Parts: sequence; structure tokens; C-alpha cells
Amino acid sequence: MGAQVVTITSGKGGVGKTTAVANLAVALAADGARVVCIDGDIGLRNLDVVMGLENRIVYDVVDVIEGRCRLRQAMIRDKRLPELFLIPAAQTRDKSAVTPSDMVRLCNELRGEVDWVLIDSPAGIERGFKNSIAAADRVMVITNPEVSAVRDADRVIGILEAEEKGTPALILNRLNPVMVRQHDMLSAEDVLDLLAIKLIGIVPEDESVIVGTNRGNPVALDPKSRAGQAFRNIARRLSGDEVPFLDLEAGNGLWARLAKLGRK
Amino acid sequence: MTDPNSLVQIKGLRDGLLVSLGNASWDDLRAALMEQIETRQSFFRGARVAIDVGGQIFHVNELSELRDTLSERGVNLWAVVSESPTTEKTAQLLGLATRISKPRPQEMTRPPDRVREIGAGAAMWIARTLRSGTRIEFPGHIVVLGDVNPGAEVIADGSILVWGRVRGVAHAGANGDNSAVVCGLDLSAGQIRVAGATAVPSERSGEVRPEKISLKDGILQMEPWQANQS
Repeated sequence: MGAQVVTITSGKGGVGKTTAVANLAVALAADGARVVCIDGDIGLRNLDVVMGLENRIVYDVVDVIEGRCRLRQAMIRDKRLPELFLIPAAQTRDKSAVTPSDMVRLCNELRGEVDWVLIDSPAGIERGFKNSIAAADRVMVITNPEVSAVRDADRVIGILEAEEKGTPALILNRLNPVMVRQHDMLSAEDVLDLLAIKLIGIVPEDESVIVGTNRGNPVALDPKSRAGQAFRNIARRLSGDEVPFLDLEAGNGLWARLAKLGRK
Repeated sequence: MTDPNSLVQIKGLRDGLLVSLGNASWDDLRAALMEQIETRQSFFRGARVAIDVGGQIFHVNELSELRDTLSERGVNLWAVVSESPTTEKTAQLLGLATRISKPRPQEMTRPPDRVREIGAGAAMWIARTLRSGTRIEFPGHIVVLGDVNPGAEVIADGSILVWGRVRGVAHAGANGDNSAVVCGLDLSAGQIRVAGATAVPSERSGEVRPEKISLKDGILQMEPWQANQS
């Protein structure tokens, strides 16, 4: 069976795309799958940093596309998981170096070799975004429970639906249940009220994420991290398992309702 | 064999090119257009292009694939002009403009790019929520079965009915018709305009109810829905 190509995008910058790609890739590989992640943010690459593979970059995705190396040479094997690879972005070029058809060709070459191709999209809705969704079988939109992030997510979902790329699934990242309870933060219900797409996971605000990204250790490898657990659950849902939503606040009826929404 | 030059005609505009497509199948037109672009690459590179497709109906896939292919050759497709409301709607949903001349804000009667006869009472029916960034324009009435999200715009020369919530912009009577109205299940958070008058959402408490907004003596009035209205 060929690979599933999944792109994670958001519209808004800084909501957690790169963190999500790194953690989902690690979680899927830890469960035994063969995974390649591709950094689509040409010129502002971060996926290599977050995965702790920055010092191992010799070739990047633009080198592959422009024929300076073979695909295999640009695939960096992860230092912890032997079936996980990264194809980094180029840092000294920009988004015009890659076209949507380049990405489609690249992913087609990978389809027979791996189980998952995860693509990290840049922020925005221009060329970099278009490149990143071109080859996708599935798209996930990630957002924060925050009005401007949700506005951008709505725009992106509209573009994906209009271009008949299917309706994406939603990852709600950096939710703080205490702030939600105090009405200082949008709840998941508020977000879903506007976006009206299927929720595939909620990742709680968790300091260990920042520590992890700085050190190049995705938190999905940390059994004690709540955010890590949330990413591991999303990876299992991606694979088709039914996983109950984390009880971020025990005894709160809201979460039971959300779990029902997620299973719709 | 059809002469490619008769299928594709190119005219210069003040700020770009207008490509007029003749009557032929999509495959023939696309091939003729791409041939023009391939043979005159330096002429087209970096150009802003509007395409006039006449009365033909094109599918989302076709327009979106064309836009992407043109973009890979450095050609920016920004507008699709069409006599068919279906093609116009498809273009608008893709974020493309459907008019070339931009009307000045003061002008309430906009000069049409082409004379279009539509029947009085003609309405565009949209059975989906309009997400942020979507702009729908129609020279008749517009009915939306769904919400109009913040950042979405519905512009009608006639009236607007939204069977949902308006949190974006709904502009009825856009060509200056003072008798147009905006009706909706929940207009409380939207920016509602009729002809030249605008109402912004105000702080409202109490339950949300279906309402009609219309112009009376030059002022926008909101009336809650009541049964047995004459």
C-alpha cells in the first residue's frame, strides 16, 4: 500500500505547525511506521531545528528538485528512530524555488517507499502554502483558541474547500483549560462553532513543548508530557484508531461533549 | 484544425492583459492559451492576466489548475470574466475577481462591463457557509443557506436572505436600490449595508431572533420577524 501524504497548515504563523509535524512524525514512527517529513518553509526552515537534526543537513529539498542530488541523499535519518526521515527546506533560497508540480513529483517518488509523508506548510496562503498542499491526500489545519488564529484558519479551510482539496481535520493547539473556565480564552466549542470541521485532537498548553523544541527533542517521546500524549493520540487517530480525548479537566461535561464531536 | 489564434485573443489593459477565449472545448482552449504563453514567454512573464470566457461554464478543477499552471510560468491570473453566473460563482469561490473595472465608491450605479439580461427576481442560491475571505457578488438577489463568517462578503444588487448567522458583510441594493432588504436568522454581529447606508453591530443582549433590515427614510431600521406581517 502506498504512503498517505498529509499536510499540516494553519494560515496564521506560530500556532504549532512545525511542532505538530515533528511530534506526529515521531509518534507514527515510534508506532512502527516508516515516515518522511518534508519542510515546506523554504527560506525560513525550522523543522530541522525542532527535530534536532540541524547539524546533519547536507542536501535539501531544493537540491533534489534542481537535480543536484538524489532523493535518498537529502533524506536525513532521525537519530532516535531509524524509520523516520527528514527532507529539510533550503535556507538560502525562497518559495519561488519550488512549484506545486515539483512537490507532486517528489511525493510520488516517495509513495512506494514509506507509509507516511508529512509536509510542514509555511504560514500564509501564497506560493509556499500552495506548494505544500499540492500533493496532499489529507490536510490538517492547526489553530490556537484565539480569535485571529481562528479567523485565518477559517480562510484557509475556505480555500481548501473551494479548490476541492476536501475538508481538512482540525488540531486545536495550546488550549489552557483554566483560562477557558475563567472565560479568558476561547473554548473548543467556540472554535468549532466558527470552523465547523471535524476535530482530530486538542493539545494542551504545556511548557515542556518549548523545552523540547529548543533542545530538538519532540515531546511525543516524553511519556510524562501531556502535550506529547495528545500528539501520540492524534497519530493514532490518523492511523484510524478511535482514541478518547484526553480529560484535560476532570469531571467537566464540556469535554465529554467534545469527545462526541471528535468522533462524528 | 482550428487556428489557435482564433481561440485566444489578447488585448492590453491599463494594468495587465485581457485574454478572450473563443467557443471551443476546454482542452482546445487551454492548449491554445498555453501555446501562446510558451511561444511568447518573455511577453507573458510577470503579467497580470484576466480571462474572458464568454458564456461558457468551467469547473473548479479547470480554473484552479489553469491558475496554478500559469503561476508556475510567472503569469498571475487574477480575474475571470464570464456571462455565466455559474462560472462567476466558481471564480469567486476561488478568490478570483469577476469584474475588471473597479467602481469608484461614490458611484452607486456601476457601469456594467457587459450588458447582462437577467430576469427580474433572479436569485443566486448558495447552500453552504461562506468562510472568511469569500466574496460573492450578484446583480440580483442572494440567498445563503448557511452562515456568512467574519471576513466573508455578500454583495447583491437585490435583497439578501441568510438562513444562518451573518458575522461578515452583507450589502443589499449595492447598485443603489433603496428598496432592497437584508433578512437573516441572526444579523446581530454582521455589518449590514443597504444601498449607501451601513449599520455596524452594536452591543446587544437578549435572545437572538430573525430580523429584517431595510431603509426607511434614509435610515436603516431593524424589525424582528413577526408572523402575520402584511
